[in-house]
Amino acid sequence: MTGTATFLLTFLRRDRWMLLWWVLGGTTLYVATVYSVDGLYTTQADYDAAAASASSNAAFIAMAGPARALDTLGGQTAWQTTAFGAIVAGLMSMFLVGRHTRVEEESGRDELLRASAVGRYAPMTAAALVAALANLVLGLLVSVSLTAYGLAGADSLGLGLGVTACGWVFTGTALVAMQVTASTRSAYGIAGGVIAVAYVLRAIGDVGNGVLSWISPIGWYQAMHQFSGLRWWPALLMLAGAASAVASAYALFGRRDYGSGMVAARPGRPRAPYGLRSGGGLAWRLQRGAVIGWTAGLFFFGLAYGAIGDDVESLLGESDVSQEMFAQAGTDLATGFYGTAVLMLAVVAAGGAISSALRPRGEEENGHLEVVLATALPRRRWLLGHVVVTVAGTVLVLVGSGVGLGAGYLMVTGDGDAAWDITWPVLQYVGPVLVLSGVARVLYGALPRWSVLAWVPLVFAAVVMLFGELFGLPQWLQDVSPFEHLPMVPAESFDWAPALALVGVALVLSVVGQVAFARRDVH
Amino acid sequence: MTDANVIDVSGLVKRFGSFRALDGLDLQVGAGEVHGFLGPNGAGKSTTIRVLLGLLRKDGGDVRLFGGDPWRQAADLHRRLAYVPGDVNLWPNLTGGEVIDLLGRLRGGLDETRRADLVDAFELDPRKKGRAYSKGNRQKVALVAALASDVDLLVLDEPTSGLDPLMESVFQRYVDAFRDRGHAVLLSSHILAEVEELGDRVSIIRAGKVVESGTLAELRHLTRTSVSAELTRPVDGLDAAPGVHDLVVEGTRVRFQVDTARLDGALQLLVAGGVRTLTSQPPTLEELFLRHYGDEIEPDAS
Repeated sequence: MTGTATFLLTFLRRDRWMLLWWVLGGTTLYVATVYSVDGLYTTQADYDAAAASASSNAAFIAMAGPARALDTLGGQTAWQTTAFGAIVAGLMSMFLVGRHTRVEEESGRDELLRASAVGRYAPMTAAALVAALANLVLGLLVSVSLTAYGLAGADSLGLGLGVTACGWVFTGTALVAMQVTASTRSAYGIAGGVIAVAYVLRAIGDVGNGVLSWISPIGWYQAMHQFSGLRWWPALLMLAGAASAVASAYALFGRRDYGSGMVAARPGRPRAPYGLRSGGGLAWRLQRGAVIGWTAGLFFFGLAYGAIGDDVESLLGESDVSQEMFAQAGTDLATGFYGTAVLMLAVVAAGGAISSALRPRGEEENGHLEVVLATALPRRRWLLGHVVVTVAGTVLVLVGSGVGLGAGYLMVTGDGDAAWDITWPVLQYVGPVLVLSGVARVLYGALPRWSVLAWVPLVFAAVVMLFGELFGLPQWLQDVSPFEHLPMVPAESFDWAPALALVGVALVLSVVGQVAFARRDVH
Repeated sequence: MTDANVIDVSGLVKRFGSFRALDGLDLQVGAGEVHGFLGPNGAGKSTTIRVLLGLLRKDGGDVRLFGGDPWRQAADLHRRLAYVPGDVNLWPNLTGGEVIDLLGRLRGGLDETRRADLVDAFELDPRKKGRAYSKGNRQKVALVAALASDVDLLVLDEPTSGLDPLMESVFQRYVDAFRDRGHAVLLSSHILAEVEELGDRVSIIRAGKVVESGTLAELRHLTRTSVSAELTRPVDGLDAAPGVHDLVVEGTRVRFQVDTARLDGALQLLVAGGVRTLTSQPPTLEELFLRHYGDEIEPDAS
C-alpha cells in the first residue's frame, strides 16, 4: 500500500474539474427536481392528482420506482431522483475507477509508476478512495441542499447518504469489472451493464411482486423509504455489497498478471469484411457503434415520454409554469406537451449529429487520417463518407426517437391514430439537426482548431427551447435557433416550406465545410 | 511512366505561420534507387513527405511526383505509392488484418501471395485489435500493407524505429527486393545505420534545406576511418602524418582517425611498427552527421 497517499493526492489533482462537474451535476439533479416539483404543483389537489395518476401507471413506476408518499413534496422528490441519482453516482464511480486503473494499465503509462517504490495495490486503492470520496461529497451536498430548501433533515440525509452508499456499491462493481478484461472499452461495458441490470431488476421488481428489487443496489437505495417512513437498515445492505465487491476486486487483482484480464481478449477477424473497402465503409465502421447507441438511447427516451400517455394533465398540474411551458399553441395540454417532447428529442438528437460531424476531427488528431489520405482515396470522398454517415445516422436516430414516442403512447393508450400523430413529426426536425451538424462541418473544414465551438449552437438552442418563453427572450434572438422556425407539430400543423428551407441551409453549410477542407493542410 | 525522376523537388518552401519549416529544399529520387533522407528531428523530413503526399500545400518551389502535381492529383498519384508513417496509429477497434486489407483496397489492390508471406515473415498476428498491438507490431501492420501493394514508390518515415534486429533484417530483405524490381524508395530516418544498410543515395537535411546529397561512395570521402592497432614496437611520425587526427598512443597501442583518402599512408607507418592486431571501422554516417551538426550534437553527447 506504499504510495497510496501520493497517488490519492495526484488523482484528486488530476480529477479536480471532473469531480467538480460530476458532483455539482449530481446535486443539481436533486435540487432542480425539488424546485420543479414545488413550482409545478401549487395546491394539495395537484399533488393528489399527480399521485393518483403516477401510482396507477406502471410505466412510471418502472421508470422511477415504487410510488410512495407521492402526494408530498419530499415523496415526489425522492421518487423522481433516487433511480437517476443512483445511475449518476454509478457512472461517476465507474469513470473515476476506470480512468486510474484499466485506462492507465492499457496505455502502459502505469508501468513506469509501478516500477518505482509503490505497493502493488496502491494505485487501485487510491482510485477506489477517490470514487468513495466523490460519492460522499455528493451525498453530503444533496443532504445539505435539500435540508436548506426546507425538506425534513433526517430524510434529506437519508436521500443523500443513500446515494453515497449506492455509489460505493457501483465503485466496487466497477473495480471488479476493471479486473475482468484487458480492454478499457469492454471493462466500461461490463461496469455500465451492471448499472443497467440494477436499474432493470428494480424496474421489474417494482412493477411486479418486488422480489427482484431486493437484489438491486438501486432497489436497496429506494428501500430506505426516504420521506415515507425513513429506515436506515437497507443502507447496511449497500455497505455490505460495496465491501464484498471491493474485496473480490482485490482478490482478482492479486490473481491476475499485470496488463491482462481474467478473460482473455477475443481474437478478431484476420481479414476485412467486404464492406470495408471505401471511405464510406470505413466511416460507417467507425461510427456505427455511436449511431446504434444514439438510436437506442433516443428510442428509450421517446418510449419514456410516450408512456406518459394522456396522464399529462394530472401530472403537470394546473400551475402557471406548466401552462406556459406546454400550452404554448393554445391547444390542450397533452398535445402541447407532445409538441414539446418531439422538439426536445430532436434537440437531444442534434448532440449525436454534432458529435458525428466532429468525428473526422478525431480521425485527423489521432493520426489515422494521414495514412488513409496517402492511399488513392481522394480527400473529398473521405469526408463525404463521414457526411453520408452523419446524415443517415441523423435520420435513423430521429426515426428511433419517434417510433419510441409513438410506441410508448400506443402501449399505454391503445390509440393508434393519436400514436401515429406523435410518431412522424420528429422527422420535420431533420433540417435543424443537420444545420447544427453543418456548423460543425464548416468549423472542421475551415477552422479545425475551433471545432469544439460546434457545441455552442446546441447549448443555445436548448436554452431557447427551455427558457425562451419563460424568460421572455426577444423573438429575433430566439429565431437564431433553427428549431424555432418549425411549427410545434402536433399542436400546430405541419408546414413544408420552413422544413425544406432548413434542409437547404444545412446543405449549403455542409458543402462550404467540405470545400474548405479540400483546400487546407491536413496534419 | 516518364523517364524523369520519381520524386523531383526544387526550391520547396513551406511556412507554418512565420516559421519556415522548409526553406528551399531540393530532392531527387530516381527509379530503382533507395534514397536515404537523413536529418535530426525537426529538420523538416516529415513536412517534406507530407507535401509529397499532398497533405500539406507548398508555399513555393516546384514539386513533382511521377511527373505530376502531388496536391492536385493526389489520389491518382497515390495509386502508385505506399506510405508508412513514423508513428503508426491504428484504429483501436479494427484488427491488424482488417487494416492491411483496408489500406490495400484503398490503394487499388494487394498481392495476396505477398501479403501472406509478409504476415508470416513478420510473425504478425492479424487477429489482434489495434489497441492491443505494441508499437513495433503497429509498424509491422503498416509495413505489410505497404510492401504487399503493387506500387512504384515506397515512402517510409523512420520505418524500423520499433522493430527488433531480427524483424529489421526481414524488412531490409523486402525493401531490397522491392528496389531490385526497379522501384524507388524514399527512406526518411535519423537512424544512420538504417540508411547505410539500405541507401544507394543520401540527402542530408538540416533546418529545412538539403545540405549534402550524393551516393554513399561520394559522401565517404568526407569522412574518416577510425583505426586502432597493437604494434610490436612504438612508431614515430604518426602525429605528423597527413590526414591523421585524434591520435592516442599508449605504449604499443595506438588509436587514431584518418581521412579515408589518406588511409594508405597511415597504414604504411603502422606496418613499419609490426602490426599484431588491427581493427578499422569504416566511415559511418554518424560521423558525416557530426560534421554537419557537430556543434549541436557534441554538447549533448558529453
